[in-house]
Amino acid sequence: MERSPRRGLAASAQDLVTDWGTVVIDGIVSVGDLGLFCMRTISWLLTRMPRRETLLPNFYQVGVMSLPVVALTGTFIGMVLAVQSYGQFRQLGLETRLGAVINMSLVRELGPVLAATMLAGRVGSAMAAELGTMRVTEQIDALSSMGANPIHYLVVPRFLACLVLIPTLTIMADFMGVVGGYFFTVEVLGIDKHHYWHNSEHFVGVFDLLSGIFKSFFFGAAIAMISCYRGFNCTPGAEGVGRAATAAFVYSFVLILMIDLFLGVMINAVYDTFWPEGLSLI
Amino acid sequence: MNDLSTATPEQPPIVEVQDMRVTFGSQNVLRGVALSVPRGQSLAIIGESGCGKTVLLKTVIGLVRPTSGVVRFCGYNLAELSDRELTRQRVRFGYVFQNAALFDSLTVGQNVAFPLRQHKSESPSRIRELVLARLAEVGLPNSVISKKPAELSGGMRKRVALARALIMNPELMLYDEPTTGLDPIMSDVINELMLRTRNQHDVTSIIVTHDMRTAHKVADRVVMIYPVNRLEPDEPQLIFDGTPDELKACGDRRVLQFVRGEAGERLAEMHQASSDREPQS
Repeated sequence: MERSPRRGLAASAQDLVTDWGTVVIDGIVSVGDLGLFCMRTISWLLTRMPRRETLLPNFYQVGVMSLPVVALTGTFIGMVLAVQSYGQFRQLGLETRLGAVINMSLVRELGPVLAATMLAGRVGSAMAAELGTMRVTEQIDALSSMGANPIHYLVVPRFLACLVLIPTLTIMADFMGVVGGYFFTVEVLGIDKHHYWHNSEHFVGVFDLLSGIFKSFFFGAAIAMISCYRGFNCTPGAEGVGRAATAAFVYSFVLILMIDLFLGVMINAVYDTFWPEGLSLI
Repeated sequence: MNDLSTATPEQPPIVEVQDMRVTFGSQNVLRGVALSVPRGQSLAIIGESGCGKTVLLKTVIGLVRPTSGVVRFCGYNLAELSDRELTRQRVRFGYVFQNAALFDSLTVGQNVAFPLRQHKSESPSRIRELVLARLAEVGLPNSVISKKPAELSGGMRKRVALARALIMNPELMLYDEPTTGLDPIMSDVINELMLRTRNQHDVTSIIVTHDMRTAHKVADRVVMIYPVNRLEPDEPQLIFDGTPDELKACGDRRVLQFVRGEAGERLAEMHQASSDREPQS
């Protein structure tokens, strides 16, 4: 085989700059494209609601079909939190404070984030694969050719389903987590029930619960937008569909974490403004 | 070659393509294409696989936006229409996709009724009546109405796609390789259905095909597209424009080669490519 000639340092540096430049430009183009996709979705959402018969199957898929897995996730998060916190809190003699730490972590952070992660895998990947297959088999083109806007017909119902039902499922995950945490702490570890609930009630407020649910609206919107966008821009073939489904989950997960950090900082700032005294566990 | 591309002043062409270029990334698919289709005509666009026939068809309905040039439908420049206006104009088209592109999640009846439900507020009984009439027109029994597309054969799927495309009484029918992948008998059934559609509904048809039987049977005008990478820099991409009968008498070797189905210099190119690879391996 013919060997490629050795390249000089300057030429290699030039190639590196070109490659990185291409990556940066492609990234900016993708973000811009996703932004336009979101704007078109919101524009259709505000001007014309989808029909009931297109909404209901999506609500069923996102909501009803995800219930068991979300309930199971929530229950186990609550129990795992109890297991992990118990040892440390016992050393400090603060076992009765377990209710506060379990329920606070659940409703503010772990419930919304883990429910959203689970849903990004279950709902987001399925959406990307379904829309990707429709793109590859020209079904999206067929929709356009019949005078139906694919964003209005395919994306808006999925966006609404995620926006409405992911926060609802988060409430479900929170509830099951509280039940799971209570069961493990009180029934298995034998902590006093009265103190468990008393501390929970004292430290976990409505603000904490609402801040978790508030975040889940953004998680739902992010999952729907990323998944639908990846499906719509699926490359041809089985490999393209598989890649769209994987990318939908990975990008949704990364975005969920980024949104969580950003909103976490913002919510803490709001909390500190209104309740500068705060509450201490000890 | 007769002048089939010229429309009368009273009747402007239903489709007009002017100096159109389409590129995907660095790949040039269509270059300097000019085409005018008068109302009522059945035009067959022929050419080898990958020459840009389907892309040309998709630019006519606005599914692919040209890189430069103008595509007009009934005088409207498609590039200047907003998303919503384009959506409104598309009701006047009927598009039969290469692999039928039926919605997997819907039944045959729901597929055929889809455009009606989108654009008209007919009662469910009236919609069912219209769907059954269209299915009967393409020779399908009432029993298919509740089946899913996956349960149908390739020929049946194509006929359902034709019924769906016809349900809104379009002015322009676009067929993308309507007989590809079908047995000769089913191909002829589809050809007959295209002829019947044209006679019964007074529509203009554009048929993308590489099946010469379809071109001869259904079309009254044929244009041939040649791949851009095989053309000389200033050569037009439409290398033939005439009636099906004129195809056989055409002096262009490339057209005759396609009509007769001869590999010609492609065999020599294939041998050259494989001999170039041999020393490396």
